[in-house]
Amino acid sequence: MTLLDVTLLTPLLGGLLLALAGHRPIGGWINVAVGVVTFGASLAMALDVFAHGPRLSSGRMFYIDAFNVYLVVLTAFVGLTTSIFSRPYMRHEVERGRVTDRRLRLYHSMYQCFLFSMLLALSTNNLGILWVAMEAATLTTVLLVSLYRTPEAIEAAWKYFILCGVGIAQALFGTVLIYFAAENKLGGDRDDTLLWTVLHGAAGGLDPAVIALAFVFLLVGYGTKVGLVPLHNWLPDAHSEGPTPMSAVLSGLLLNVALYALVRVKMLVDASLHTNLAGHLMMGFGLLSFTVAGLFLHRQHDVKRMFSYSSIEHMGLITFGFGMGGPLATFAALLHMTVHSLTKSAIFITVGHACQLAGTQRIDHIRGLIRTQPAIGWGLLLGTVAIAGFPPFGVFISEFLLLMATMKSWPWLTIPLLLGFGVAFAGLFRHMQRMVFGEPPPGQKPVEANMLPVVVHLLLVLVLGLAIPGFLSRWFEQATVLISGASPL
Amino acid sequence: MGIATLGLYSQAIILFAALALFTSFIMLAQARMMPLIFTFAWQGLLLAVVSVLVAIVSDHPHLYISAALTFTLKVVLIPWLLYRLSVQLNMQYDAEVIEHPTLLLLGGVALVIFSYYVAQSIVQLSGLATRNTIAVSIAIELLGMLLMCARKSAVAQVIGFMSMESGIFFAAVVSTYGMPLIVELGVAFDILVASILFGVFFFHLRDSFGSLDVVRFNRLSEANQPMPLRDAAGELSPGDHP
Repeated sequence: MTLLDVTLLTPLLGGLLLALAGHRPIGGWINVAVGVVTFGASLAMALDVFAHGPRLSSGRMFYIDAFNVYLVVLTAFVGLTTSIFSRPYMRHEVERGRVTDRRLRLYHSMYQCFLFSMLLALSTNNLGILWVAMEAATLTTVLLVSLYRTPEAIEAAWKYFILCGVGIAQALFGTVLIYFAAENKLGGDRDDTLLWTVLHGAAGGLDPAVIALAFVFLLVGYGTKVGLVPLHNWLPDAHSEGPTPMSAVLSGLLLNVALYALVRVKMLVDASLHTNLAGHLMMGFGLLSFTVAGLFLHRQHDVKRMFSYSSIEHMGLITFGFGMGGPLATFAALLHMTVHSLTKSAIFITVGHACQLAGTQRIDHIRGLIRTQPAIGWGLLLGTVAIAGFPPFGVFISEFLLLMATMKSWPWLTIPLLLGFGVAFAGLFRHMQRMVFGEPPPGQKPVEANMLPVVVHLLLVLVLGLAIPGFLSRWFEQATVLISGASPL
Repeated sequence: MGIATLGLYSQAIILFAALALFTSFIMLAQARMMPLIFTFAWQGLLLAVVSVLVAIVSDHPHLYISAALTFTLKVVLIPWLLYRLSVQLNMQYDAEVIEHPTLLLLGGVALVIFSYYVAQSIVQLSGLATRNTIAVSIAIELLGMLLMCARKSAVAQVIGFMSMESGIFFAAVVSTYGMPLIVELGVAFDILVASILFGVFFFHLRDSFGSLDVVRFNRLSEANQPMPLRDAAGELSPGDHP
C-alpha cells in the first residue's frame, strides 16, 4: 500500500463511515481525524516526490509530479483546517435549527467524498478520469449548496448543477477530441492513449487542428468551474447560499483543481500547436474575469457574495499568469494559487463566524465586529488586508512577481492590471471598514469560535510573504520547470 | 466519394445518425412533457443501435458494453425516472409555451451547418462516415444546449442536458470506437448519479417555488438585490405584483 493509496482511500472510506455516523456528536471529530490522516499521508508523499522525482503508479493510473503534489498537499491541508472549523460551526447551525440530523450526516459524508474526488482529479494520470472526478466534485457539492433548503439555496444549487453540468460536458467533448487525435497518431489498438504521460510524450505529433478545437471546448468546460467570466454566474450564488465551510473549500480548492486541469491540458496543447493560442485565450479570459469581478465587488450587499467575487478576480489573475507562460509568470501564478487558497479559506472561516455573530449575511447589518469579538474582527480585517495584496503578506509577493512578468513581456497590460488592483482594493474596503469598526447593534453577543485555522493560514501567508522557505521555493521551481520548461531563478 | 460506395453497415450508421439528429429537432419543438421524454428515449435507442453497428463493423467488442450502457441509461432508466417523476408531480399532461418555434428551429438548422463547418477542419483525418457522424454528434450536443437555453421547464432542461451527454457519447463511439472502458464506466456512473439528483431537485424546486418553471428562479440575480428596507416596502407596494 503506497502513500498515494492512503491519501486517496482515507477520505473515501471516511465518507462512507460518516454516511453512517455523521449525525452523531462524534461525526465532527471523525471528519477532523480523517483530515489529519489524509494530510499526513499527502505530506509524506510530497517529501517522497521531492526527494525522488515524479512517481508513476503501477498500472500507470496515477502520476504524481512536482506540480500536482503541491496541490494535493494544499487540498489536504485546507480540507483539514476547514474540518476543524466546521465542527463547532455545524453544531451551532444544528442548535439554530437550520440543519437536521439527516442533513448533518449528508454534509459530513459529502464533505469527505468531495475531498476524495478533488484528490483523485489531481493525482490521476488519465484525462478521462480527470473529467469523471471533476464531475463527481460537482455532484458531491450540489446537495451541500442546497443544504439549508431555503428557496434561495435551492435556486443556487440548481444553477450550479445546470451551469457546471453543461460546462463540464464541453470538457468531455474536448477530451474525446484529444483522444481522437491521439488515436490517429498512436494507433487505435492500444488502451493507454488517454494517459497524460503518453499524450505528453507524443504531443508534438498530434494533429494541430483537432487539438486547437479540443482546447476551446476544454477551456469553456473547465473554465466554467474555474469561474471565468462570462461563465461565472453559478459561483457567487453557490458560495453565498451554501454552508460556510463549503464556501471555504469551494473557493479555496475546487477552483484550483479546475484550473489545474486546464493547465495540464495547456501543456499538451502548447507542445502540439507550437503557437501561443492557448496562452492568449487564457490571458484574455483571465483579464476579463479580473476586471469584471473587481467592478462587481462594489455593488454587493452580501458578504459571502462579495468574497466570492474576489475569488473570481483572483482566479482570473492566476489564469492570466498561466496564460502568459514564461518561468516568472508561471512561478507567480503557482505561488498565487497557494496564497489565495490559504487566505480565502481563512476569510470564509472568519466570515462564517461573523455571520453567526450578526445573525445575517447582509453587509449593512454586520457592525462592530472588533468591539463584540476582537478575534473575529481582527481576523476579518487582516484577511482582507492580505487578500487585497498588502505587504508583507504573500499575496503581495505573487501579485508583484506577476506584474514584473507582465511588464517584461506585455508592458501595456500592466495598466489594466494596476487599475484592477486599485478597483478591487476599493471595492473590498468600502464594505470592510463599516463591518469591522463602528458601533455594534445592541444585544450582539460573542459566539463560540475556533480561530486556530485562521491564525495558521494567515501566519503561513505571512511567512510566504516575508521569505519563502528554501525547500518550498525549490518545489515551486520544479513545478515551474515542468510547466514552462525553464527555471525562473 | 459518394455514399453509395460505402459498405452497407457504414450506410446504416449514417442513416441512424441522421435519425438521431432528427429526434433532436423533434425535441426542440415538442412542447408536451410525455412525448418529449419518449423522443429522448428514441434518441437513446438510435444511438445504442449505432454503437452496436460500429462494434460489428470495426470489430471492437467492448463497444457492446458501451451500447448496453447507453441502452440501460438513456432508453430505460432515465426516461423511466423522468416519467415516474412527472406522474408523481402531476405534470404529465403539461405543455409549455414555446416562444418563436420557427426561429428556434431555424437556429437549430444554423447550428447543424456550423457543426459541419467545425468538422471540416478535421476531415483530412478520417473517412466519409466519420466525417458525417462527427458533425452530427457536435450538432446533437449543440442542439441539446439550445434546448436547455430555449426552454423554461426544468424537465426540458434536464432532457437537453442528457441529450448533450448522448451527443458526446456518440462522438466517442463513432470517432474513436469508444473511450477506454474505465472512463466510460465512470462517465455512466456520473450520469446515473446526476439523474437521481435531478429527481431529488424536482421535488425541492416544486416545494420552494410551486412549479418547475425556471423563469421563477430569479431570487439571486445581480440586479435584483435591493436593500433590506426597500425590500420590505416593495412587498407592500401593489405595483410590484402585477
